[in-house]
Amino acid sequence: MSSKIIIGQYVPSNSVIHRLDPRVKLVTVFLFVIFVFFANNTLSYGWLSVFAITSALLTKINLKYIIRGLTPIWFLVIFTFLLHLFVTHEGQILFQIFGLPIYSGALIQGGAISLRFFLLILMTSLMTLTTTPIEITDAIELLLHPLKKIKFPVHELALMMSISLRFIPTLMQETEKISKAQASRGVDFKTGPLKERIQAVVPLLIPLFVGAFKRAEELAMAMEARGYQGGEGRTKLRELSIRRLDWSAMLVFLVVIIGLFLFRQ
Amino acid sequence: MSTSQIEFHRVSFRYSDDQPWVLDDVSFTINKDEWVAIIGHNGSGKSTMAKLMNGLLMPDKGDIIVDGIKVTQKSIWEVRQKVGMVFQNPDNQFVGTTVRDDVAFGLENRGIKREQMLRRIEESLKAVRMSDYLLHEPHRLSGGQKQRVAIAGVLAIAPDVMILDEATSMLDPKGRKEILHTINEVKQLNKLNLITITHDLNEIIATDRVIVMNRGQVWLETTPRELFSDEQKLLEIGLDVPFVAKLANQLKDLAIEIKPQPLNQKELLDALWTLYFNK
Repeated sequence: MSSKIIIGQYVPSNSVIHRLDPRVKLVTVFLFVIFVFFANNTLSYGWLSVFAITSALLTKINLKYIIRGLTPIWFLVIFTFLLHLFVTHEGQILFQIFGLPIYSGALIQGGAISLRFFLLILMTSLMTLTTTPIEITDAIELLLHPLKKIKFPVHELALMMSISLRFIPTLMQETEKISKAQASRGVDFKTGPLKERIQAVVPLLIPLFVGAFKRAEELAMAMEARGYQGGEGRTKLRELSIRRLDWSAMLVFLVVIIGLFLFRQ
Repeated sequence: MSTSQIEFHRVSFRYSDDQPWVLDDVSFTINKDEWVAIIGHNGSGKSTMAKLMNGLLMPDKGDIIVDGIKVTQKSIWEVRQKVGMVFQNPDNQFVGTTVRDDVAFGLENRGIKREQMLRRIEESLKAVRMSDYLLHEPHRLSGGQKQRVAIAGVLAIAPDVMILDEATSMLDPKGRKEILHTINEVKQLNKLNLITITHDLNEIIATDRVIVMNRGQVWLETTPRELFSDEQKLLEIGLDVPFVAKLANQLKDLAIEIKPQPLNQKELLDALWTLYFNK
């Protein structure tokens, strides 16, 4: 049971995208999110779509899996589309639904916004699908490193993130244990009116919190005993290095951006 | 060079001013290369002693000297370089997201270079026979395996002293056996002071010396052999002797004297054979 716990939605593989430095992926996705808003015609949207779909194919993850991962946001994409469809009043009236006129501009606007939304979500989920949480943590620590100059606690933030990641499975196991223990004492989590079910969670949460605080205290003691004294003078085992593959990826992305500005109106 | 590794000079400690003394005027010496067990029932102050030895707590009265250095707020980092510690709860001392990252934690704290780190991680995991689990996450390991990783984490920083603070008390019998085996192996391969803190007398069999704590004071300093022969005395402070010792003591009551006091099954069996042939 416990070995099946997977944090986030990382899918292990050895694809080109998986092997990219997490910093490169993080920055690329961040810039993509910004540049998506510069697309304003069919050609520029098409250009960005080609880039996003090619990246998705390069991950070698089953496309069905990626699409299924996006299911919760299909609703939002469609909702956005419909909203624009009925609210925008531009161009010609094409036809009417239930007496509501549908304009040609609305169709284009709705399509563009939904596509933009879809591309955003696709790129960010490609990032989490191909990068382990701990890699993301390392990337954030290194990218935020310059902020140390203004006393921003970069190392502490990264350590907090990695410790949370390490304790997620532990706390999940504990939750399961406590809920079984409480169920054996007659607490009913699954049936009854909503109000009662919410109340039933209280005897689950309190022991969990008490346990977490106790763990935190013991962990702090163990860390101190092992010589932890903050980020100063610390070395790191996990190393990130920008290799040729990363340079090429950055170059490709640069071409994509230049293309975007050539194609947009 | 002196032969003493850890010295307690009239140490007293309490957690706050309005609470009773946890340790009351405790003095003892632990010599280099010695394997010492500190035993006592719950609340006898034995775990507090461990935390005092590497500066996690500071004594209210008296001095603690570790390898010639007095433990003070200033010297704690130097002391922690010499004293490594394995705690009771296998989960709450696992800092890294994988076995490799966890063993590295202590090395990272000391600013050791990466190449050297990788070598030391490999060596110390080999010593506890966990090399095959290098990239495993903690939730995929058993309690015993996690404690072995904790031992590897201590070995990696090459301390002079390793304190095992009830390191087996949260494990199942299999895990406990695993850890005792690992400790014995590690002790044979490394020049290391071991301090075992426990209330399970099965764990003190291989030690050189035993310090028995009761109500915050040193109640007895002796060898495991002598300790086991005096079952009555141990029962007084709420400790139970292992089965072999119990059997030998009851045989003694039947006027079947077994000398010396057997520590394990083999010794008892040999003694019984000898007895049988000499009859």
